[in-house]
Amino acid sequence: MSWWQRLFLSKQLEQELDKELRFHFEQQVAENMRAGMTDEQARRATRLTFGGLNQVKEDCRESRGTLWVTSVAQDLRFILRTLRRDRAFTMIAVLILALGIGANVAVFSLVDTILLRPLPFHNAQRLAWIAGNNGAGALSDTTFRVDAYEEIRRHSQSFQDMTAYVPFFASSDAKMTGSGEPRVLAGVWVAGNFFPMLGIQPQLGRLFTPEETVKGGRPAVLLSYAFWQRRFSGNPAIVGQAITLNNRAVTVVGVLPAGFDFGGVFHPGVRADIFTPVPMDDIRTWGHMLSIIGLLKPGVTVRQAQAEADVVYPQIRAAHPDWTTDLTMKITGLKEHVSGHLRRSLIVLWCAVGLILLIACANLSNLLLARAAARSKEFAMRSALGARRSRLVRQLLTESLVLASMGSAFGLAIAYAIILYLSRQGPIALPLLSSARIDASALAWTLLVAGAATVFFGVVPSVRMSGVNPQESLKDRGAGSGRKHDRMRAALVVSEVALACVLLVGAGLLLRSFLRVLDVDLGFEPSHAYAVKVDFDDGGKAARRGAILEEMLRRVRALPGIEAAGISDKLPLDRNRSWDLLAKGKPYSKTENYDVFVYIVTPGYLDAIGMHLRQGRDIHWSDTATSPPVILINEAAARREWPGQDPIGREAYGIGNGLTRVIGVVSDVHESSVEGAANPEVFVPITQGNPEGGELVVRSKLAPAALAGSVMTTLRSMNPGQPAVEFRPIQQLVDHAISPRRFFVLLVGTFAGLGLLLASLGIYGVISYSVTQQTQEIGIRMALGATQARVQLGVIVRTLKLAFIGIAVGVGASFAIAALIASLLFGTSPADPITFACMILLLVTVALIAGYLPARRASRIDPIVALRCN
Amino acid sequence: MDATTKFDLPQGTLDLLILRVVALGPIHGYAIAQRIQQISRNALQVQQGSLYPALHRLQYKKLLTAKWAESETGRDAKFYELTARGRAQLKSETESWGRLTDVVALFLEDPQGELS
Repeated sequence: MSWWQRLFLSKQLEQELDKELRFHFEQQVAENMRAGMTDEQARRATRLTFGGLNQVKEDCRESRGTLWVTSVAQDLRFILRTLRRDRAFTMIAVLILALGIGANVAVFSLVDTILLRPLPFHNAQRLAWIAGNNGAGALSDTTFRVDAYEEIRRHSQSFQDMTAYVPFFASSDAKMTGSGEPRVLAGVWVAGNFFPMLGIQPQLGRLFTPEETVKGGRPAVLLSYAFWQRRFSGNPAIVGQAITLNNRAVTVVGVLPAGFDFGGVFHPGVRADIFTPVPMDDIRTWGHMLSIIGLLKPGVTVRQAQAEADVVYPQIRAAHPDWTTDLTMKITGLKEHVSGHLRRSLIVLWCAVGLILLIACANLSNLLLARAAARSKEFAMRSALGARRSRLVRQLLTESLVLASMGSAFGLAIAYAIILYLSRQGPIALPLLSSARIDASALAWTLLVAGAATVFFGVVPSVRMSGVNPQESLKDRGAGSGRKHDRMRAALVVSEVALACVLLVGAGLLLRSFLRVLDVDLGFEPSHAYAVKVDFDDGGKAARRGAILEEMLRRVRALPGIEAAGISDKLPLDRNRSWDLLAKGKPYSKTENYDVFVYIVTPGYLDAIGMHLRQGRDIHWSDTATSPPVILINEAAARREWPGQDPIGREAYGIGNGLTRVIGVVSDVHESSVEGAANPEVFVPITQGNPEGGELVVRSKLAPAALAGSVMTTLRSMNPGQPAVEFRPIQQLVDHAISPRRFFVLLVGTFAGLGLLLASLGIYGVISYSVTQQTQEIGIRMALGATQARVQLGVIVRTLKLAFIGIAVGVGASFAIAALIASLLFGTSPADPITFACMILLLVTVALIAGYLPARRASRIDPIVALRCN
Repeated sequence: MDATTKFDLPQGTLDLLILRVVALGPIHGYAIAQRIQQISRNALQVQQGSLYPALHRLQYKKLLTAKWAESETGRDAKFYELTARGRAQLKSETESWGRLTDVVALFLEDPQGELS
């Protein structure tokens, strides 16, 4: 009979035990009667030899090895009964724990998703990101020419294979026609071996065949799962059919699995609808086009690959004198590339929730101590009646465990809701967020956290409690017995306040940094500006492009409510591209950086986006393909190329073929990040450059919904093939750029608020409890003439004393912590006095409120009632 | 030896005695107690409080099996029987007991007087 059977068949075992012993008993009786005793004598004698039937039974039960379960079950039943009776206590305890555990599990899931879990690819640990230009600069710098990609792929010894995609999505976006309104699909061009190397298997259909990946091959496309669901309602029949993309019939060869989130991994916040194999020969002459991912050979480290790259790639470069760029590259693990920059933020977040949990535990310890004090008589009684100390400790620990389990259950629910909410936050620029979920490791983490919490908040009161001297407690009122408890409770509250102070200061510093970021002068006016992607067919001729766009802008500007309109091929804080700019006459130096971000724009774009022309003139329609090439530069470019000189009228190399003349200077615009400094930029007339698509920017006080109709009608009147596209507020670009910071500030701020709430509950609990304990004392003092104000003051002073000790400790710790998060701050000193002052003030205020409520109660004590009771 | 002279069995010895008695054939608890008393010529009187927990423990260790059957008096009784494992255990414990008593005897008899 197994242990489990013994546990669950205990009823049957009891019956059998009884029957067996009864048989023995009756045999003995019969024996005794045979020896000449009367029935009564025989039974009596037998009963004596048995020495207590129940004791025998109990010993037999013990041999089953299941007895402890039964006694735990007894404990549980008892605890559940008492918890149900103390409903208010239970609810508060479970709520505090649920918040603490929920926040911890949610953040653990985030950390797990973004930092710990390997990327959802085959051989994820061996994938590496290969970035050009030492990984610095604009997308054009870190990408590679096709020739370079093919050469390093051929020559590299460290890598088993390499694959690539084109991160310039403006080129790969495709217009879908033929079914309903024309639409622009977010496309990605990938190398033929992209999916096989990452180990992505299609959910439906197949991957690309070799003949689909060569120049002039059969056009093929793979759909993303989300797009397939959205556009084709998940109809499997689409596989094998042709759709019309850019006026070409393209066969849908398959659908990618739902778990493959291209944007989530490589470009957070970017949508990808379709994937097209790009024949390398098609883009060979397009310059830097490819982002490269390598698969390291087994056993080769990133460091070894980097060492090889440092030696071998310059040799490859030397063999190709026609290439314009160096092959200096930086190799990082793909996971590091995707989420390495978030490590510090996430760890800070993790620490913040750790602090929350500590505060929650200290709070609970306090609650349990108060409860234990109220139950001291019960425990003294049980101990006097012979309950062992270990039994009492076990019961108290079991009680903590029960609370922790209930807290964990609710905490998991809270964490689940938080993660569900966060994973639906599409536009946040955080990688892998959509794949965040509560999984087995999160559950394991919950268990660990709950277990630690149980020990932490359960042990203190139980050791305290079980050690009470029964005599002391059973006496009606041990006057001095409360003091030791009080000191302990005060220590707990002080540590809560200190922890909350650290949290608040940290959150305050991050919040202030965030406000600073919001205050950054971007160089353009995001509010009231909207962008819409326009489609035009200029046949590749600049003159025709000029005519079409001039007419388009004229019509759009004539619409009611439109204050300004202009077109640029790229928007700030969105996609970018860089070329070189070198002032004429300046000596070329190999070590210097000549990168400039390039925007190809129409006249009027500056006004539409809200940029400021500092010097010179804007671009005119009269600057055409045949007139002398001109450019606008920003102040950063002027500072770099013509320091201390007037750049207007100067000439430079690098834009187009030959020299271009600077006709104006605009204020710096944050083109790639809100927080970084503005880089040198150049604006080229759309009639003199080759735009990659076009973004029409309009400025209007009207809501985008009100504009969409009229603008779209105007665009359709020029080009019936104009796809239906959304109006994108420029503010959205800014929001997206600062979304990681907003995300962290929001979370850390919420946690700090939670910490403050918990700490104030702690203060309130302790002060309120001490007032209750001192009811009699206060009553006497009032009877002797103490005024209400004086009693109140006494309680408040006591509260503030606790708070100030806590704050003093907390401020000290905050200085240390703030230095650790200095790299996460923006425009804010880690010792920012305003933040410290505000947070201290906030804490003192909250402490005052938490102390005032019990103080008011104390001052309303009626001496007569206080003295009469007890 | 007198029937009232009782002594405590060394730890674990009761299990060995029980196994030995049960090895003779299916037998119920009362008869085991009787048999131990008889064989020890009344030197050992096994208390119910020791016998039954030991029986149950042996049963849970799968050294004994038990089934209910009619006893000689016509009442249902729980009969214990040795399992193959119990038989092996009995064999090995008998041997080690023998070795132990031999060794102990060497000390106690002490013919060469090495201990004195």
